Amino acid sequence: MSAHNIDHSLDSFGDSTASATRVTPGNALRPEDIAIAQEKPSEQVAEYALRLGDDALILAQRLSHWISRGPEIEEDIALGNIALDQLGHARSFLSYAAKAWDKTEDDLAYWREEEDFRSLHIVEQPNGDFGVTIVRQLIISIYQHLLYTALLDSGDATIAAISAKAVKEVDYHRDHAIAWTLRLGIGTEESARRMRHALDILWPYVGEMFEDEELHAALGDVAVAPSSLRAAWEEEFTAVLHDAELAVPTVPFAMARGRRGEHSEHLGFILAEMQVLARKHPGATW
Amino acid sequence: MAAQQESGGSLSAVLSPEEQAGQDRFNAIIAEDSRIEPRDWMPEAYRRTLTRQMSQHAHSEIIGMQPEANWITRAPSLKRKAILMAKVQDEAGHGLYLYSGTETLGTPRDVLNDQLMTGKAKYSSIFNYPARSWADMGAIGWLVDGAAIANQVPLCRASYGPYGRAMVRICKEESFHQRQGFEILLELANGTEAQKKMAQDAINRFYAPSLMMFGPPDSDSPNSGQSTAWKIKRFSNDELRQRFVGMIVEQVKILGLTLPDPELRFDEESGTWKHMDLDWVEFKAVIAGNGPCNAQRLQRRRDAHNEGAWVREAAAAYAAKMARKTEVA
Amino acid sequence: MTESEGTWPLWEVFVRSSRGLSHVHAGSLHAPDAEMALKNARDLYTRRNEGVSLWVVASSDIIASDPDAKGMYFESPQGKDYRHATYYTKSEGVKHL
Repeated sequence: MSAHNIDHSLDSFGDSTASATRVTPGNALRPEDIAIAQEKPSEQVAEYALRLGDDALILAQRLSHWISRGPEIEEDIALGNIALDQLGHARSFLSYAAKAWDKTEDDLAYWREEEDFRSLHIVEQPNGDFGVTIVRQLIISIYQHLLYTALLDSGDATIAAISAKAVKEVDYHRDHAIAWTLRLGIGTEESARRMRHALDILWPYVGEMFEDEELHAALGDVAVAPSSLRAAWEEEFTAVLHDAELAVPTVPFAMARGRRGEHSEHLGFILAEMQVLARKHPGATW
Repeated sequence: MAAQQESGGSLSAVLSPEEQAGQDRFNAIIAEDSRIEPRDWMPEAYRRTLTRQMSQHAHSEIIGMQPEANWITRAPSLKRKAILMAKVQDEAGHGLYLYSGTETLGTPRDVLNDQLMTGKAKYSSIFNYPARSWADMGAIGWLVDGAAIANQVPLCRASYGPYGRAMVRICKEESFHQRQGFEILLELANGTEAQKKMAQDAINRFYAPSLMMFGPPDSDSPNSGQSTAWKIKRFSNDELRQRFVGMIVEQVKILGLTLPDPELRFDEESGTWKHMDLDWVEFKAVIAGNGPCNAQRLQRRRDAHNEGAWVREAAAAYAAKMARKTEVA
Repeated sequence: MTESEGTWPLWEVFVRSSRGLSHVHAGSLHAPDAEMALKNARDLYTRRNEGVSLWVVASSDIIASDPDAKGMYFESPQGKDYRHATYYTKSEGVKHL
């Protein structure tokens, strides 16, 4: 049964629902387009793209675990959409980075060792309960929204183009995280307690997000120095917590050096699961 | 199921004048192949049959997410990961379209969900088999979704409007599900020896269960006659099974793999495909709860529901607080 | 097992598929409040570019005509074909009319 057959058989009973069931692929920048484009990044630009891509990839891997486990089926779909967006960003950035070394997105995702990943500790943190996932989303989505907004002016056209698509999507992720933070912060005594706990266990990994590296300075207007996002992030994050009747945690930041390949203990397990099948079949295509 | 009783009124065989008028209108709508809509009078048995069928269908979508979700984190390429995630997410969507349709018959979703979690409701037995290998993602897409689509396309014309409309949306979206499964198998079949073996093994395990998805043979399908008269069902189980076997027998050649059915042949005389006898004893045992994964699938559903209770309560409490605030202001 | 406290109400979803077209009923969903209903509608009913605009309405707020009053409500226009241009056959062929 081909798609054509189905469409044909559906045509026969009118279009009363047609405008509400219209299906189109749309047109936007896709990872496949980046893989075949001519632009090849310098190794330094590729290193930067790895950072953006790895954050998105590990977050997508974490979020995808919620599909079939959400607090309500509507939320399975919402978290699935967010995970798919992140995976899309990851594929675009990794496809671009890979070209510097004549590799593919999959070479980078499946065949790099743990110490070669550049992800932040915050995205590696376990999903925990729904409250932990929402707080992680709030932290990351505000950050990514500021970051991609700044990268719209990147001196690298491909990074700017990927950011232009990503910024609209993470804007929604932010909206979703804020909506849930309000509901869980204000909802019940139990939900507020769980949110306070979530904030306490994730806060240590916030500091790392704003640490500058030599790479940022070396790349000039291609990259955005993370420290430049800090004030705006704190303002927005604090305002959301205030509205949600929650307080900014007072626990200290952890020494987290994911950008140097020094990861949390979680990443090894994440990669073991993600890479197991691909690595069992070297050279295979899927 | 209390809501079902409401519009039925008297349970006695003799219809009141209003009920008789409703029954006459219902019969006329069915006869002219029009559609029954939620607020129309309908026979209690019609409401019950549809509630059962649509909610079973919805449960199948929701439970059916699990064997595939099992592989999202291990998908062997990022492209396959994205496709699989989108597909499993679609299944959640399809479950919701169907629950939404079922609710128009008067049974709220929490009641339906309760029936699923307590094991009272049935769902497609195939999802009680484990998805052991990556190739199972291919076999599930090609055979299981293929069988589902063959079943569902005629349901787009089901006499109950909300069911038909849900099926239209689902069929449009599912057109990619079967193709992505076939392409997974095609890639494996043209790959290494180990990949090819994995693909054949998956087909061997999913072939018979997918044929059983069309339900028991016509000779042993007690509800079919009435469903056909009500124009919920348009083709018999065996007719649909036939049609499906005829399609996959050609498709498997493109894969260069085989169907595990030594008795499979086209019977010129009857113009139908003859396949091996299916193990209906096993089928019934799996439906009854004895399949390899029944307990696991239901427990996962219950866990998600129970672990989400505080979230649902918090959101409801927040809504109530905000509503009070608006009133005061 | 059904905790009435945490049960979310039902919302009807209407999707405008492109500018210039009406919003059309797409289905329903559950959400704790209107804002979440809108978000859920976006995630559930527009995954394939189906929409450029969404409406959600609490199902309980919809007022529907009574199907039993079909005659009373909808018989009147039947047979009044003089409301349609096709009724006027003598002027057929007259340009710009």
